[in-house]
Amino acid sequence: MGSRASTLLREEEIEEIKKETGFSHSQITRLYSRFSSLDKGENGTLSREDFQRIPELAINPLGDRIINAFFPESEDQVNFRGFMRTLAHFRPIEDNEKNKDHTASEPLNSRTNKLLFAFRLYDLDRDDKISRDELLQVLRMMVGVNISDEQLGSIADRTIQEADQNGDSSISFNEFIKVLEKVDVEQKMSIRFLH
Amino acid sequence: MPPSLGHAGSSSSSSLVHLLSPLPLSTSYSLPLLSPTLSPSSLLLSPPPISYYLLQHYVQTPYIISVWLLLASLAKILFHLSQRFTTVVPESCMLILLGLVLGGVVLLAHEKQLYQLEPGLFFLFLLPTIVGDAGYFMPSRLFFDNLGAITLYAVVGTLWNAFCTAFCLYGVKLLGVIDEKVDAGLMDFLLFGALISAVDPVAVIAVFEEVHVNDTLFIIVFGESLLNDAVTVVLYKVYMSFVEVGPANVGTAECMKGLVSFLVVSLGGTLVGLVFAVILSFTTRFTKKVRIIEPLFVFLLVYLAYLTAELCSLSAILSMTFCGIGANKYVEANISQKSRTTVKYTMKTLASIAETIIFIFLGISAMDKTKWAWDTGLVACTLVFILLFRAMGVIGQTWVLNRFRLVPLDRIDQVVMSYGGLRGAVAFALVVLLDGEKVKAKDYFVATTIVVVFFTVMFQGLTIKPLVKWLKVPRSTNRKPTINEEIHERAFDHILTAVEDIAGLQGYHHWRDKWEQFDKKYLSKLLLRKSVYQKSELWEAYQKINMRDAISVIDQGGNVLTSRLSLPSMASRSSFPEVTNVTNYLRENGSGVCLDLQVIDNVPGARVEEDSETHHFLTGNLYKPRRRYQSHYSRHFMPAGEQERQEREVFQRNMRSRMENFKTSRHKRHKKDRSQKKVFLLYLRLGSQGVGVEGNYLPKSTALEACDSPSMASPTCGERFLPWKVGAGSLPPCVSVEATKVIPVDLQQAWNQSISSLESISSPLNLNPNPRVTALSPSSVIPNPNLRFMALPPPTLNPNSNLRVVALPPPALNPNPRFSVLSRLAGQRPVSSPPCSFSQSEKEQQKEEEEALSEQQQEEQPLMSVRPPAPPLSSTPGERRRNPCVYLRSLVTVPPAGNTETHSRGPTQL
Repeated sequence: MGSRASTLLREEEIEEIKKETGFSHSQITRLYSRFSSLDKGENGTLSREDFQRIPELAINPLGDRIINAFFPESEDQVNFRGFMRTLAHFRPIEDNEKNKDHTASEPLNSRTNKLLFAFRLYDLDRDDKISRDELLQVLRMMVGVNISDEQLGSIADRTIQEADQNGDSSISFNEFIKVLEKVDVEQKMSIRFLH
Repeated sequence: MPPSLGHAGSSSSSSLVHLLSPLPLSTSYSLPLLSPTLSPSSLLLSPPPISYYLLQHYVQTPYIISVWLLLASLAKILFHLSQRFTTVVPESCMLILLGLVLGGVVLLAHEKQLYQLEPGLFFLFLLPTIVGDAGYFMPSRLFFDNLGAITLYAVVGTLWNAFCTAFCLYGVKLLGVIDEKVDAGLMDFLLFGALISAVDPVAVIAVFEEVHVNDTLFIIVFGESLLNDAVTVVLYKVYMSFVEVGPANVGTAECMKGLVSFLVVSLGGTLVGLVFAVILSFTTRFTKKVRIIEPLFVFLLVYLAYLTAELCSLSAILSMTFCGIGANKYVEANISQKSRTTVKYTMKTLASIAETIIFIFLGISAMDKTKWAWDTGLVACTLVFILLFRAMGVIGQTWVLNRFRLVPLDRIDQVVMSYGGLRGAVAFALVVLLDGEKVKAKDYFVATTIVVVFFTVMFQGLTIKPLVKWLKVPRSTNRKPTINEEIHERAFDHILTAVEDIAGLQGYHHWRDKWEQFDKKYLSKLLLRKSVYQKSELWEAYQKINMRDAISVIDQGGNVLTSRLSLPSMASRSSFPEVTNVTNYLRENGSGVCLDLQVIDNVPGARVEEDSETHHFLTGNLYKPRRRYQSHYSRHFMPAGEQERQEREVFQRNMRSRMENFKTSRHKRHKKDRSQKKVFLLYLRLGSQGVGVEGNYLPKSTALEACDSPSMASPTCGERFLPWKVGAGSLPPCVSVEATKVIPVDLQQAWNQSISSLESISSPLNLNPNPRVTALSPSSVIPNPNLRFMALPPPTLNPNSNLRVVALPPPALNPNPRFSVLSRLAGQRPVSSPPCSFSQSEKEQQKEEEEALSEQQQEEQPLMSVRPPAPPLSSTPGERRRNPCVYLRSLVTVPPAGNTETHSRGPTQL
């Protein structure tokens, strides 16, 4: 599937991506030029270093986690298709998609998939549970140094306690969905990609 | 453009008197004292001394104002007597109707309307209170998320409305639909269009806050009503100047001037507001020592922002709004919890009463036939045009907006927005301000404005609720974010920012993130207290949630985690600070609230009639309502400030000690997590009882007092009213069965933990805790029969009876034995021979007492040391002070009722 070393995107590839991700033609070409500009090695794939070169990402507290989310397990390269697949999570849900019957496979930008993306950022060991330590790590990233371990610990305890339903002192994905069910995830996990 | 045309530019200083001085007393003869027309001649004729009159006269204005305020407030009470009625009819409608009735009465009595909604009074006092409240409590994130839409609607929408209405009215006039009597040219209609087209913040707030549409919809309409002020002010002023110079002399230069002045007025107003926001935030950095006037700074500076902008004939509403929005974050972080509550409720009270007055006076003003001049054609056309152009404007702008919006505004939203374009008192005040000499058709305009205002507020206000229901507009849920939502939404923000960066978009999140970086680096550093700046936002949010839970624990009778309700009624506010520390304990001990839930489940907490009982019960049990410190009054000193620090201290210390425990037992933690939780339940129980006592006792109570305190010895309100407290076999609320069941699993550790936690409350910071640890180490405590009793309920024993005994000593208990126990527990410290381990601590404490004057140090100091030194126990009531250690031990070892063992028990554990 790769667009290896080719600087131009083939038409059928665009069609495939369009079908898979729901991005429009112009969005795909626009993002492809972005992809190419990030791709310093010019080999059609992005490595972690390519991402880390984005200056704003370096100061993003969750930057590393988000970069990791772009890479499939045990791989350190991502091609344009994978890149787009990840970005598709953040496509806003459009009106005509809302009413679509769910017989087809769930679109990447569905509520569940958006939440799953966020969940995976916490769930480092991929056991489908956010343990206290995992939560603490993310909290630590987000709050900086001003807050003490004890305080952070109590926040983590409280968080888990609030979300935990089956009493295993960790947050499963279902519990994660449940605890955020009142949040307008569709809006808060979407960005406007330029047309 | 003469700046004197500012819309509050009338003789505002005297407007208060203008408005209120004439009295509706038909028989001024019988009450000459209150007659407003006291001429010197009448004074000469009447026999009483002049000073008598002067005095009465002197009182008159404030007296009348107060009576009006009282009347308005009473009216509010009356409307809310019937719950069904108020859900259907908005309050603003009722107030206007009441105003109409009152106006009618006055008119009948006097044949002349004495009261008016004076523009000066309105713009100088009534409007700022409402706008100040709106700005300060504006949900800023929501506001800035929708800033683009709000600005578009406020600027383009208002301009569109103003021009279209004006030109169409002029066209209709030319067609002859409007009567010839209405002597108005294009300029007059443009002026009228400008003042009638702006959506009114007062009306929008009054109507929309009862409708509860979803947040986005609300913020767009509400934000528009605030931001369109700049447009209104400019248009109004420009046309006024046009009218003055005459339409013939208006050229492009004037129009350009108008455009420039729009930029100056809007941006200048915003800038003034932001400058004041910075001043306000910066000032509150240093109000630590003058807590009592802390809220005043907020009011003053926000009001000054309004006045300053008005003075420079900039947009005052914009200025005040942005001052509120800008300062809110920093001020809220800087000022104390109490000041926060004060600010909140004072603002809400003022805004609410101002709103009431405005609507009543709108009604009254309408009953003034001298100002009316009716023309059906004008009124009907204006109404039609206003509704029509509002709808068209909204649809057009939304179409443009939706091309850029992440979440498009759908049809239903547009309908509500069109229908929510309410006009109100601002329009009325502006039209009254018109100069009748220059604007010939003023009277017609006044009548039309009144009809428009009444139509929008009453008819639309009345029907918008059914409309919203019928259209199934997503309603707002009045709920606060949970800690999970706080955390995850923050994570979402970071994720979106990162994704925007990766995708190479300079979108909203990109700029928001830039702003936050800037805020963190410079603004917060400048405007926040050092102590606050150090804290993390997340931690603040966490604490806020804790506070909120604390309140709802008390109010709901327990189930905080399952049901999140909106903030409780004001009535329970009195218990707020005391309650906080209790729930900090609950929170801090993990499943504390669940425990509460379990115990207090018996209470049908949601029901209104039982709410107060629950409240009484909890206040009676969770803290002891003995407040000696209230007996002395000081204007500059609030003893509760200490308490607040104590609460924080207790909270943090316990958190720390708990973390220590976690650390030491880290390797076992996963296995023991559950059991530990249970263990904490017990401590929690002790703690919550204890904290309650401490919260109120600490300042000046003694051991003696603690013993014969009503809460310990006599049943509290709750005990009397709540069934399980009366029933013999029922469970006392203070200890749960579950807790007692599980405790034996991990007894030794449990005791270690609960004791050390208690220890950490009591021990001063730099004190070596060892002496006391030995005094209360588990092994040494065990000899105490009570403790063992509580800790190890024999399985065969009915736990209920034991525990009830522990928790609720019957009223007949003789206080003395307990006192003796306490003193013995306290390390056998009668007046003569304090043990050395304690004399050291006392010295330490004395020293700290002396240093306690320094505020900073007080914060650093441990919980207890801020109190006056603990002198040796003596029987002199005036000197009743108690060592915290003594006191805390009493918590650990509350003796069973009438347990004679307590007498014989020696101080072996020491």
